[in-house]
Amino acid sequence: MSERQLLVGPFNRVEGDLEIKLDIRDGQVAAAYANSPLFRGFEMMLPGKDPRDALTLTPRICGICSVSQSAAAAFALAEASGARMPAQGALAAAILHGVENMADHVTHFHLFFMPDFARPAYAGRAWHDRAVQRFTALQGSAARATAEARARLFHIAGTLGGKWPHTLAIQPGGVTRAPAAQDRVRMLATLRSFRRYLEDGLFGAPVEAFAALTTIAELEAWETGDAGLFMAISADLGLHLSGFGPRRYLSFGAYPLEGGRAMAPGLWDNGAVTPYDATQITEDLSHAWMLGDTAHPTQGQTLPDEDMRESAYSWCKAPRLGGRVTEVGALARQAIDGHPLAQALAAEGSTRARIAGRLLEIARLQLLLEDWARALDPDARFMGDQPTVKAGTGAGLVEAARGSLGHWLRIEGGRIASYQIVAPTTWNFSPRDATGTPGPVEMALVGAEVAEGEETPLSVQHIVRSFDPCMVCTVH
Amino acid sequence: MNLLWLQSAGCGGCTMSLLCAEDPNVFDLLTDAGIDLLWHPSISVETGAEVRRLLARIEAGEETLDVLCVEGSIVTGPKGTGRYHMLAGTGRPMLDWVRSLAPLARDVVAVGTCAAYGGVTSAGGNPAGAVGLAYDGKLKGGALPGDFRARSGRPVINVAGCPTHPDWVTETLLLLAEDRLAAEDLDPLGRPRFYADNLVHHACTKNEFYEYKASARELSEMGCMMEHLGCVGTQAHADCNIRPWNGSGSCTRGNYPCINCTAPEFEEPRHPFTETPTLAGIPIGLPSDMPKAWFMALASLSKAATPKRIDVNAHSDRLKIPPGAEKGGK
Repeated sequence: MSERQLLVGPFNRVEGDLEIKLDIRDGQVAAAYANSPLFRGFEMMLPGKDPRDALTLTPRICGICSVSQSAAAAFALAEASGARMPAQGALAAAILHGVENMADHVTHFHLFFMPDFARPAYAGRAWHDRAVQRFTALQGSAARATAEARARLFHIAGTLGGKWPHTLAIQPGGVTRAPAAQDRVRMLATLRSFRRYLEDGLFGAPVEAFAALTTIAELEAWETGDAGLFMAISADLGLHLSGFGPRRYLSFGAYPLEGGRAMAPGLWDNGAVTPYDATQITEDLSHAWMLGDTAHPTQGQTLPDEDMRESAYSWCKAPRLGGRVTEVGALARQAIDGHPLAQALAAEGSTRARIAGRLLEIARLQLLLEDWARALDPDARFMGDQPTVKAGTGAGLVEAARGSLGHWLRIEGGRIASYQIVAPTTWNFSPRDATGTPGPVEMALVGAEVAEGEETPLSVQHIVRSFDPCMVCTVH
Repeated sequence: MNLLWLQSAGCGGCTMSLLCAEDPNVFDLLTDAGIDLLWHPSISVETGAEVRRLLARIEAGEETLDVLCVEGSIVTGPKGTGRYHMLAGTGRPMLDWVRSLAPLARDVVAVGTCAAYGGVTSAGGNPAGAVGLAYDGKLKGGALPGDFRARSGRPVINVAGCPTHPDWVTETLLLLAEDRLAAEDLDPLGRPRFYADNLVHHACTKNEFYEYKASARELSEMGCMMEHLGCVGTQAHADCNIRPWNGSGSCTRGNYPCINCTAPEFEEPRHPFTETPTLAGIPIGLPSDMPKAWFMALASLSKAATPKRIDVNAHSDRLKIPPGAEKGGK
């Protein structure tokens, strides 16, 4: 029986900095500890400020989930102030948010996740030459095509939101810029060009065909495009046999429109989807360098433990839903929205399932974005009233590319009195809680194969990146 | 020219913006200009031990470092230790790494306002003790001494912006690759003058409204945002309206105010970002190089002379009266 410890870091191609400590026994990870090593303290900066300033400051928590942060702040303020977006304002906000989530998904797949398969360690595998040609970091043909397609897609953010990241266009009462008729057709042209990129490279087939997959067997038979290449790699390396998370998923539901959220909210547990209860969210501080007790975000506080006590190992708090570990992300969102393939993948809960869930969302989101852009009415109102608020509370619950994001706000005397944020990777990369139960990625890493002499195990890298972590959001 | 990119206490948005570079894409641009990325946290393949070995080689002088780009502020807390960001896997604060690597680099580039001056990470009470590389807000001296010089003799190059425009970063790197960025090409705050010698006001599409002080009262109205909505584009050093963002955008074109994000301490304007502070109804922050009395006289005159077209459009969310549709003035 051999035992060793590994410290993996700096762990790159995740957004921000990450350190993972591994206990390895007999060639497998026996325990993992995820450390979010950066503390900035946004929740301490906001109290005392004018509530509107949250719209400028919170997007700057994260350069990759910026619109998500912006939308969460706007919805929290809307709830506190009674502002309501007109239907078309909500539609424009959904397009802005959908464009960011789409860009994040293709960035993750092509620039963050897939380059590992081009590593020399995999030379000789039947798929390796194709992986090198498509996914070599900085050089692969897919990496370059993705950089260009992503930059063009963000022209929609330039049109609707002025710029990306860090737009101030999404407000509690709507969006600041009313798109004109020519903006609408220009955005539709940009989306058609993005569709061509997806169909030529990623899917090698119409997006509708991928969105229509219903079973894992059909997914395994998918051969075309980079999605097909991923399935071949996954089958060869057994990515469906690793990275098992808690198999309990949360989604706040994505893209609030007049008729409800375009992707349904809920809690997925053991194959059943039920409404989630936001009052059951708590943050446990037992293993975080934070002082205070377990609390709901409306009661929570952020007091960093300057002594960085020995019994803790991360700046990340540990969110739990009803006291239990819960995973968030595109897979969760699609399963909770009721897509049959995603439901099957959620039950599998593997490395492969997270990637395939994301690919499925890319296909479905492309269709939604096209529908939304078509439905824009250049004659409509995009901004409603924005009442000032002296006192009140509000929650802004949205879905970032990588999962559920919540802002909880309290206003007193016209100033922010409390602002608490729980980000997607706070859920997924949470440390252990008071019962010693590991967070989702810590759970998923147990059992990962580590070869003799490996310092930065590839299996660990695949599993960690399959969550699409955003470490700057995590602690904020 | 080789390049090492480190990220510390920021949002990563300057890298995300850099990936929006177009014509050519950022990978082709760097490769074709002979800029060799030793490591970048978001886009390089190397992770963990491979990176630690690279850093050790640079520190030991076995690898010559041309350009060190730092994105994000450097946190000095708690209690001056810098332990609010320990670079993963190394057991050393980023504060320590930056102090060790910067003197080894031919040039040091602060990418974004956080790395330049502290930026948003130092907002509020600055809970993490964030500073810029060579500045702490407006004051010289940050993670590095105020008189820091890289091996080239140049100070830290502050490509400030929140986020940075992709071209500000790529053009700085292209100039450095040809060694064509002299100390006099930087403004007094260390920003490359090729973008910082412009004002956001230049080529602002709301300039006709500005001329008549036809002012928007609510976000979403087309009028000038200086009088009521906190816009400081007349004082902000950047070419955002000359060289648009993400195709054809800019903050002001998006109908929200310029908040002077290329400047030190923009994160604490001492008033709500989207509200202009006034004294007896007069905006406090007038264009810096304009005599106040002259401005006031001009403003009241032009307000009185505002044509109906401009007055109506300023308070609309889209064009209501096109040029030429009206006869005469008001």
